Amino acid sequence: MFATQVYGDNGKMKEYHYTGPVEHRFSPYSFNGGTVLAVAGEDFAIVASDTRLSEGYSIHSRDSPKCYKLTDTTVIGCSGFHGDCLTLTKIIDARLKMYKHSNNKCMTSGAIAAMLSTILYGRRFFPYYVYNIIGGLDEEGKGAVYSFDPVGSYQRDTYKAGGSASAMLQPLLDNQIGFKNMEGVQHLPLSQEKAVQLVKDVFISAAERDVYTGDALRICIVTKDGIKEETVPLRKD
Amino acid sequence: MALANVLQSESVDFSNYGRKCRGFSSSLYETELGLESVGGDNLSFAVRTACSDGDGPERKIQFLHGTTTLAFKFQHGVIVAVDSRATAGAYIASQTVKKVIEINPYLLGTMAGGAADCSFWERLLARQCRVYELRNKERISVAAASKLLANMVYQYKGMGLSMGTMVCGWDKTGPGLYYVDSEGNRVCGDLFAVGSGSMYAYGIVDSGLKQKDLTVEEACDLGCRAIYQATYRDAYSGGQVNLYHVHSEGWNRVSQSDVLMLHQQYQAEKA
Repeated sequence: MFATQVYGDNGKMKEYHYTGPVEHRFSPYSFNGGTVLAVAGEDFAIVASDTRLSEGYSIHSRDSPKCYKLTDTTVIGCSGFHGDCLTLTKIIDARLKMYKHSNNKCMTSGAIAAMLSTILYGRRFFPYYVYNIIGGLDEEGKGAVYSFDPVGSYQRDTYKAGGSASAMLQPLLDNQIGFKNMEGVQHLPLSQEKAVQLVKDVFISAAERDVYTGDALRICIVTKDGIKEETVPLRKD
Repeated sequence: MALANVLQSESVDFSNYGRKCRGFSSSLYETELGLESVGGDNLSFAVRTACSDGDGPERKIQFLHGTTTLAFKFQHGVIVAVDSRATAGAYIASQTVKKVIEINPYLLGTMAGGAADCSFWERLLARQCRVYELRNKERISVAAASKLLANMVYQYKGMGLSMGTMVCGWDKTGPGLYYVDSEGNRVCGDLFAVGSGSMYAYGIVDSGLKQKDLTVEEACDLGCRAIYQATYRDAYSGGQVNLYHVHSEGWNRVSQSDVLMLHQQYQAEKA
């Protein structure tokens, strides 16, 4: 890359001439990239993620999807630090089992979201470096999307993008699904076919411009009939 | 992200870790291998740490609370008005954040600072208030509720919690309004505005409150106007204005207005 980047975090120029000893600190985190996206429709929800696992300049794997099935009506997408994603999903699975055994029923999407919030906040002072988005059906059968920050703050949305290309995808979704900044346009409700096509298009765009996104796209479509998975190839470069 | 933060660029100060790990930050300042070349004459004996940018004391920069929330008492209760923007650095993470937390049907809490901190502790406060009600067979007072919250977060003072909240309600002694924050402040008052846009909001409310007795509608209008003006001038506030009114029977949600619509409405009124 040829831009001679010399800007430090606060915009001051750094110089390249220091040749003395540099202390390296161990960081318990690393950033493994990946983008997740969730869209809620009238009677369906879509959770999609790319399948690239990277670290620094390398790609560890081209087939590491970031969507995890939790129950028949809920899928979670986790991006950020892969180690924490794995541990977090294991913890959620364990808690789901415990709930099922104590209460003799499956957790609803809203309940899973509330539980995840407290799990994340429990590590307030050494957070799980994970950006979560839950997609599923609520008790009435309508699509629900819950998006989180690393320490557990959450809210219910209609659509949300998270992960490395989120800043690129979110404005596009705002326009196409939220009809923001459009004058004189009919606000048609989103059909499942249109939503799936939009998700595919949006990830193709993300793979063009974000180095951490690409390889393949895994789409999980949640409806009352269950969860359907689809894999679509993306740019591998 | 749902509230990557209501204020700071990280809901927790990742210090040395987060800066290198943010995927969507521009590639301008990512040095993948963690080796930072920092300037300095070669005679210096100081060992630079990998993550020092040569500005040691500036490392923990206190970001302003990117929000505007306000509450004021008046003749007929308390008006609570908030914006709905959440920012992560310069990225607007969400324009639809609920910054008023409904603790119970007659108590409200506002959110400024770390979103997770505010919602978690106020949810815990709701639980404590309910326990109080069950034990004492009467509603908790606003003073007691705010004290519970203040004491809860005081135990974590210095550990990095960020919370600036106003507890608003109506109890036996009439309307109640307290400001509680994670530094340990707990102050009773008639008017508070919290956040980066607070100064602009104070200007509007102070001038509007000159006439002592406002009707409910005038007060709601004033609150709405104050938040709108704050979003107009403060880059970190925006989205929608959520307005609540607390009266003797409890609180009710007056309105939720998009700032763009308000702008057009006020422009039309001016003409």
